[in-house]
Order: sequence, then structure tokens, then C-alpha cells
Amino acid sequence: MAATNPGMATLKPKAARSPASEAWRQLRTPLVYLIPAALIMALVTFYPLAYQVWMSFTDYGVIKEEGKQTLNRFGPDGQPPPNYRPAEWVGFKNYSDILTNEPQFVARLGGTFNFWRLLGFNLWWTFSNVAFHVALGILIAVLLNVEGLWGRKIYRALYILPMVLPNIVIATVWRNMFDDQYGAVNQLLSMFAGTPVNIRWFNQIEPPIPGVPLPLSYYAMLIANIWLGWPFMTLVATGALQSIPKEMYEAAAIDGATGSQQFWNITLPLLRPAMVPAAMVGIVTTFNLFHIIYFMSGGGPLGQTEIMVTQAFKLVNAQQLFGVAAAFSVIIALVLIPIFLITNRISRATESYDV
Amino acid sequence: MSSVATTTATRTRKGSTAAGRRLRWWQQLLFQALCLFIAATVLFPIMWIVSMSLDPRNIARPTELRLIPPGASLEAYRAVLDRPTANPVTFTELALNSLKLAGGVALFALLIGVSAAYAFSRFKFPGRQYMMIAVLAITVLPAVATIAPLFALLNGIRVSSDLLSIALLIAAALVIAFGLMIVVPALRTGTASGGTYAVGGLALVLSMLLVYTAFAPAPGDVFVLRNSLLGVGIAMISGALPFAIWNLKGYLDTIPKELEEAAIIDGASPNQIFFQIVLPLAVPALAVTGFLSFAGGWTEFFLSWQFLTNPKDFTLAMALYNMTGQYAGSVPWSRFAAFSILVSLPVAIVYLLLQRYIVGGLTLGGVKG
Repeated sequence: MAATNPGMATLKPKAARSPASEAWRQLRTPLVYLIPAALIMALVTFYPLAYQVWMSFTDYGVIKEEGKQTLNRFGPDGQPPPNYRPAEWVGFKNYSDILTNEPQFVARLGGTFNFWRLLGFNLWWTFSNVAFHVALGILIAVLLNVEGLWGRKIYRALYILPMVLPNIVIATVWRNMFDDQYGAVNQLLSMFAGTPVNIRWFNQIEPPIPGVPLPLSYYAMLIANIWLGWPFMTLVATGALQSIPKEMYEAAAIDGATGSQQFWNITLPLLRPAMVPAAMVGIVTTFNLFHIIYFMSGGGPLGQTEIMVTQAFKLVNAQQLFGVAAAFSVIIALVLIPIFLITNRISRATESYDV
Repeated sequence: MSSVATTTATRTRKGSTAAGRRLRWWQQLLFQALCLFIAATVLFPIMWIVSMSLDPRNIARPTELRLIPPGASLEAYRAVLDRPTANPVTFTELALNSLKLAGGVALFALLIGVSAAYAFSRFKFPGRQYMMIAVLAITVLPAVATIAPLFALLNGIRVSSDLLSIALLIAAALVIAFGLMIVVPALRTGTASGGTYAVGGLALVLSMLLVYTAFAPAPGDVFVLRNSLLGVGIAMISGALPFAIWNLKGYLDTIPKELEEAAIIDGASPNQIFFQIVLPLAVPALAVTGFLSFAGGWTEFFLSWQFLTNPKDFTLAMALYNMTGQYAGSVPWSRFAAFSILVSLPVAIVYLLLQRYIVGGLTLGGVKG
């Protein structure tokens, strides 16, 4: 702690207090403010997380004999019911089942589970979405920042609309828009093509681009999520753009810099400090973007567009394999920790605020 | 109006600047075309859903694209308000459940979170860095990834309804006492301000919610915490509280400290500073954080879907899922559209009103979805 609190070291000789009492003096007041939240979080956040780690080493939720056994310790009368079976310790079995795609385990999940494909798709899904969000966000912000553009205020007001709608509504609406028979997208394409277009957005298994193992539903969800995501980046970029002094462009223009030179050498470098943290937020959000995947493709076809969080939910909701789900969630946390540490380092979020 | 303003602005700077020049006609045309195209893509899904919700024909699926369907009416809205899904619940009941859930979680997270946020923002103490990392790390973890232990733990809590009512009443009394502890001394010393009343009001609303839940008729003899809105609320707090702490801390950091320093010189105690200076200044931050928590809770899906089995407890998001995808069956899409709009409107309107405050906070705050 000395590194974050250098005042302690210098105070000690003067104030002739023991380090412990000095620490207590510093901790006393903030502790009063922290205690309510600390108690609640210990109870509903950290205890379940610890319990989750324990669960991940057990067969919690596995019903051994044809729907007879229950893991509910308390029956109607408060006593353990006769068919109660405590969860059994299975060591690292859940983890090894997941990481090695153990055939029996995969068959139980419907035969399409493949952890490494899932992880790879999740990372690619995150990367491709955020790349589009940031690029489009910057370009549209620059476009809206052009001086003398008519109706800028109207466009800015319109462009915020995707942000204000609930994610779940956006996902369900886009799911129906991409419906192969009645969806607006196919109807629109039919209008332009002049002949009925019946693209099976969510059911076509063959990848539309040969050699790229991404099903059509990935592209449908990419379109929906781009629609959802760029306005936030545009907002952040607009804020940063407006703080760039005009004199820089004037000076560059006098020196004979062209528009694109100004964009690459002034606009982009000065947008960086605002866009990097925003992109980091975007990466974590998109990595965990449950709604779009679950409500649009549902992970299909054949589990090819499943991401970690939707798989974790299915393990609990559909398969009721709580132990496996817990192990899976621990793996999600392990994947997210490096992402979080990088984010934290770049955005300096938890660094000491200068008092 | 804006074009007039820009022309005068360019005129005053004429001669000295190239950046402020007026656009050539073809540039204006090109940029307008681009902007209109983007606007069209943004508006397309929204127009689609709005026009579909006005379709009076009650047909299962739309067969063509039309901006205004023939004989447009609000029939679908009426049908949806009456009975949105196959379950015997009205829209009002669904909305009330969502409101209780989202409102209760948001209020609780604010009430508990703001003091912790203040401690993180204004005090230096040993272990501060680690505690903050713990809070922030939780906001990065997806809420879905804690569903297994929360389900198992809450499922294990089974009490008789009477015991539950008593527990809830005690909780309500505690919340009221907490509120009084803040409001009464301030009134006595004559230093009550907007912040004090805000906290008092929050406590009052929250305790009323608790009392209401305590007296609401319980479904059976044994109360399973998991299978209730209260249980879902507790599970939601697990993620909402760290988010609120982090978000509020971000806002509090931006409040200048000059006033507090002046108060310290005048001999104010930390408590006086918190309640009489920081809280009143933090009202916009409380509003925004409360709203973001509320918006998250309003459409919360996976916890309610996993936990709740009694149709009386169902929420808006669950009904929406019942109207799409594999469960849609023969529900006409005009109803689905009307329902989506009804769900979105309250959140969207408040979002637009608070937009100015929210945007700054989104980058400061957490990322929990």
C-alpha cells in the first residue's frame, strides 16, 4: 500500500504512532461509508462467486436416476426430502469435459458443442463488431462535424435513436426483420431485385463466403449489432472532435496539408485518447452481448454462432447442469481477466484520484 | 436557423481561415446524401415496427413493406394491453412487475451505493485500490455468469410466508430508521437540503415497496425465495450494486472539491460534508445512475426467465420473448410490434431527456449489460 499512499511513510516519524493505529485512523471514517455496501456485496456478490467456484468442482444439478433425485436440501416441511442427494465432488472433471470437448459431454449438449470454436467465434465476434463500431463512429462523427452541413442538429438527434431503445427490443425486432419468409430485409431485397428473395438468414448452414467458416446468421447479427453500436462511438468521437482547436487545422491548411492529411495527422491522433477507452468498453460489452445472440440466432445454426454467455445460460436453463455451468463461468472469468487488466491499464480507471 | 447562424459565423472569419469556408454545392449534396442514407438505415427498423403495430388486419405475419398499412388503427395496442401472451396476465400486471423489480433494485443500489462511492472518491485509506479493483472487476463479469450459484443459493432459501412478511417488515423498519437518521438531525440543525430530502424520499419509497411486498398475498405456504420477484431482485443487486458504486464514483470524481475544502476549514465533519454538500451536488448523478440501473432492470431477461415460474410474477421481457422466436406461434406480429413499442417508450423518453448527462457517464461508468 505504501506505493499508493506515500503520505503514510513521511507521516510516521513525526506523529510517533504505530503503523497499525495510523492505518486505523485513516480507515475509520471511510469504513462507516463502506460498510453497508461491503456487507451487501459480500452476501450477494462475493459469496455466490465463491460458491460458484465450489460448484464448478461438483456434479451439482446432475440427476442420477431418471428424474428421481433432487438437489433441494429443504422439502416442504423443512427437512431434506427422501430423494435428496448432496452434490458430489468431481475434481476437475467439469473443466476437462469442457476444454477437451469430451464426446459424452458434447452429446449431452446436443452434439454441436466445441469449446475452442466457441471461444474463437466469441473473440472474432467481439473484434469484428468493435472494429466496425469504431470506424463507422469516427467517420460519421467527422461527417457530422463538417462546417456548414445543413441539418446537423436533426441528424444528431436522429442518430442517437438506436442507443435509447432497450437491447432486448432491438434484438427481437431484428430477429423478425431477418425472418426468411416475412422479414423486412428479404422483402426489401425482393423490392430491389424485382423477384422474390428468400435468404434463409438463420437456417442456412453453408457459409455464404466459401472458405470463411462463418454462417449467414453471423452476418445478420453483425448488421444488427453495427446498427446498435456505432451511435455510441459517434457520440464519444463528436465530443473529442469538438475539443480539437480549429487553429490546428488552419495552421495545417496554411502549410498546405490536404484534407486527408489533416484527417490522418490531426484528427485521428487527437481522437485516440477518447476512443481507446470507449473501444475497451465496447470490447467488454460486445464480448458479453447476450441479447443479440440469444434472441436472434439462438446460437444457431448448429451452435456455430454461440458465444460464451449464451452457452453458459443454456447450460443452466436448458440442460440444468449447474456444476458444468459454474465451471464454464469460471472459464469466462479467466478469459475476461486479461481483457479487464488491459482495459484497466489503458483507461487508468482504478488509479488513485488526486485528493 | 442553424444555417443562418453558420453563414454569419463564416462571414466574420472570412479571409483569415480556410477551415470555416462554406461548402461547395456538390460537397453539400454528397454529404446530405450520405447523412440521409445513414438516417434511412437508422430509421428503417423503427419505421417497420411502428407501421406494423398500426396494422389492423390481425394477420399473423406481414407480407409486404408498407409505410402506413391500409386502415391503420391502434387495435393491436388495445389487444396487447388487454392480454399480451397466452398467459392470463394483463400488460399492466407485467409492467407493474417490471416496475417493482427495476425500481426496487435501482433505489436500493443508489441508497447503498452512494456512500461507498463517496468513500472511494474522497478518502485515501489502506486497501482502497484493491477494493476498487474488486468492484470494477465485478462490473466486467457478465451477469449471466453468476446465474448458477445465485439460482442454487436462492433456491435453498425456503421460509413460511408469515416469517417472510415479518422479515420484510423488519427490513422496511430498518430502511425507515436509516432515512430518519439522515433527515431528523438535518432538520433539527436547520441544514436540511435537497440531498437530505432525496435520500429521505428514496428510503420512504423503498420501505413502502417492502411493506407492500410483505402484505401482498403469498402464493403458497412455503415461500421459495428463488421463485419470487424478491429473489430475482436480490440476484440483480449482485450486479447492480457494483455498477452503481462505480458509476457514482465516476461522477463524484468530477465534482470539484473547493466547496468541501471550504467546509473543512469551517470545521464541518465528514458526515456534514457528505449530506449537505456532496449529496445535493450529486443529484444529477444519482438520477442518471438510478435511471441506468432502472433501464437495465426494466428489460432484465435471463434471471427472471430462469427463476420465475408463476405467471403472476412474469415481467415484460419474458412476455416479449414469448412473442418472438420459437414461442411466437400464431401471435400476430402487429401485437409483437405494439408490445415492443410500449416496452421501449418509457425508457426511450427518459433516456432522451437525460441524454446530456448520460453520455458523459457511459464512458466513466461500468460496462455491465
